[in-house]
Amino acid sequence: MIVFEKPKSLVDMPMHYCPGCTHGIIHRLVAEAIDELGIQHKTIGIASVGCSVFAYNYFDCDMVQAAHGRAPAVATGVKRANPENIVFTYQGDGDLASIGTAETVHAAARNENITIIFVNNAIYGMTGGQMAPTSLPGQVTQTSPYGRDTTQVGFPVKMCEMLSKVDGATYLERVAVNNVRNVRNAKKAIKKAFQNQVEGKGFSLIEVLSTCPTNWGKNPLDSLKWQEDNMTPYYPLGVYKDSTKEEK
Amino acid sequence: MADKVLMKGNEALAEAAIMAGCKHYYGYPITPQTEIAAYMARRMPKVGGVFLQAESEIAAINMVIGSAAAGKRTMTSSSSPGISLKSEGISYLAGCDLPALIVNVQRGGPGLGGIQPSQADYFQAIKGGGHGDYKLIVLAPNSVQETVDLTFKGFDLADKYRMPVMLLSDGTIGQMMEPVSLNQSKNATYDKSWAVTGTYGKRTKNIVNSLCLRPEELEEWNKARYERYNKIAKEETLYEEYLTEDAEICIVAFGIASRVSKNAVNAGRKLGIKAGMIRPITLWPFPNEVLAQTAKRVKAFISVELSMGQMIDDVKLAINCSRPVTLCSRSGGMIMSPEEILQKIIEVDGGKQ
Repeated sequence: MIVFEKPKSLVDMPMHYCPGCTHGIIHRLVAEAIDELGIQHKTIGIASVGCSVFAYNYFDCDMVQAAHGRAPAVATGVKRANPENIVFTYQGDGDLASIGTAETVHAAARNENITIIFVNNAIYGMTGGQMAPTSLPGQVTQTSPYGRDTTQVGFPVKMCEMLSKVDGATYLERVAVNNVRNVRNAKKAIKKAFQNQVEGKGFSLIEVLSTCPTNWGKNPLDSLKWQEDNMTPYYPLGVYKDSTKEEK
Repeated sequence: MADKVLMKGNEALAEAAIMAGCKHYYGYPITPQTEIAAYMARRMPKVGGVFLQAESEIAAINMVIGSAAAGKRTMTSSSSPGISLKSEGISYLAGCDLPALIVNVQRGGPGLGGIQPSQADYFQAIKGGGHGDYKLIVLAPNSVQETVDLTFKGFDLADKYRMPVMLLSDGTIGQMMEPVSLNQSKNATYDKSWAVTGTYGKRTKNIVNSLCLRPEELEEWNKARYERYNKIAKEETLYEEYLTEDAEICIVAFGIASRVSKNAVNAGRKLGIKAGMIRPITLWPFPNEVLAQTAKRVKAFISVELSMGQMIDDVKLAINCSRPVTLCSRSGGMIMSPEEILQKIIEVDGGKQ
């Protein structure tokens, strides 16, 4: 009996992600959810700009590569064109919470029947470690070399908390993938976010706390610990909105 | 031939788009194109289509990208400042080889400018408002009827060449009412096997993408695209000639400026001045060949434009500066009178009456 194998919805190829980065785990969880729901044949993914820009190579389903921050708008156009398709975006924090904030908020406000996977690692990875909208107060990055000064550049944006006040949003959950228990929870949340779309329930966003060993300047294990000790307290895990429950 | 109806340019455009098979419209309110959005909002639900007022011009063009990627005929419309915002998305449409129609009902600029008619987005439309090596097919109607005809044609050209097409209208053409026939031209079918519609287990995955980090490969992509552009320049250039056979002074004008210019040409003829006009209907591809040929016969050209002078550069290039080219222009939302153009004709003719 095979107990562990590559998900069908992932292409068998080397990924470009840095060693220890959790994008690989998150890709796998998305692919597993798609496999288990039997929707690979009708799924369309929207890749964004950032480290996950090459996601269009890795997921084995139809893919569109969107401009920076525009993935929810592109997803809206794809979904409205063919509502029978399952449409998801895969976006980082700079893409979703900074340059694409409007697209995110308004897709939620419309309760657009799409699934958003939001990977938050509190830094711009692809461009080499600049301050992200989700960088923590005091966090040292290339563009906040003296630490994020909240008096000058403001505070991190908490997307799940913010979107929980948007009437249209259906399902919002923040998860992490820093230990086995959290990975299992993340998988459940991601699967539910796709299941919601299959059932026509509307906008689901899963925020996944992630790491960036390369730009954080830490080894993979220390990165997982830094995330747990610093990010998780600022970005508490849990369900922020679930109107599928209210419907019952 | 269907009966003619009296329609506003913008509304006729919207109805023509629906008749051409466009069932996905995404837009944002801006004067003087808002009638298109309002018409789509009324009509799309009745024809099983999608009208969505986006949160921004940027979101609207990206929704167009999504529906175009999914293989649907799709469009957006805006006016000058809105087109600036859409320019990023237009570059992506070109880079992803996606067909779509973008309508610009031009108003005066720069900045917020005004809301009166203008042609000052010529450079933006023809020279590329967005980044990178790309072209748009740019169609410039000068009547409500031609707005309808070019809307049909625009969708066909977009699908035929898998590229964005811009319909460059202006506040006058968009707002004026004229009798129009909405007779349906026959829709050709186009291959959309590249679209993202789900593999359904019948094919390998499709990817719609403009990213290419290997420069030698990206150069090949661009060269291939420009081969297509060269073919378009050879086969799709449209223009109208008016009294050019014996003309000594040739006006070049498009859109609403060509309507005013025609009156000026007629008035000049009455004075015994051999005036004529070449009206580009496609601004890209520009009618270089006919201008070059005409330059062999005429003494001078006058570029008549509602801008500080933009198309005039392309006229000079087309004729290789072999004849003097004079500018007759108004800007900021002002429209020249036929008399103003006539004065310019008389001046270029040597000032004798």
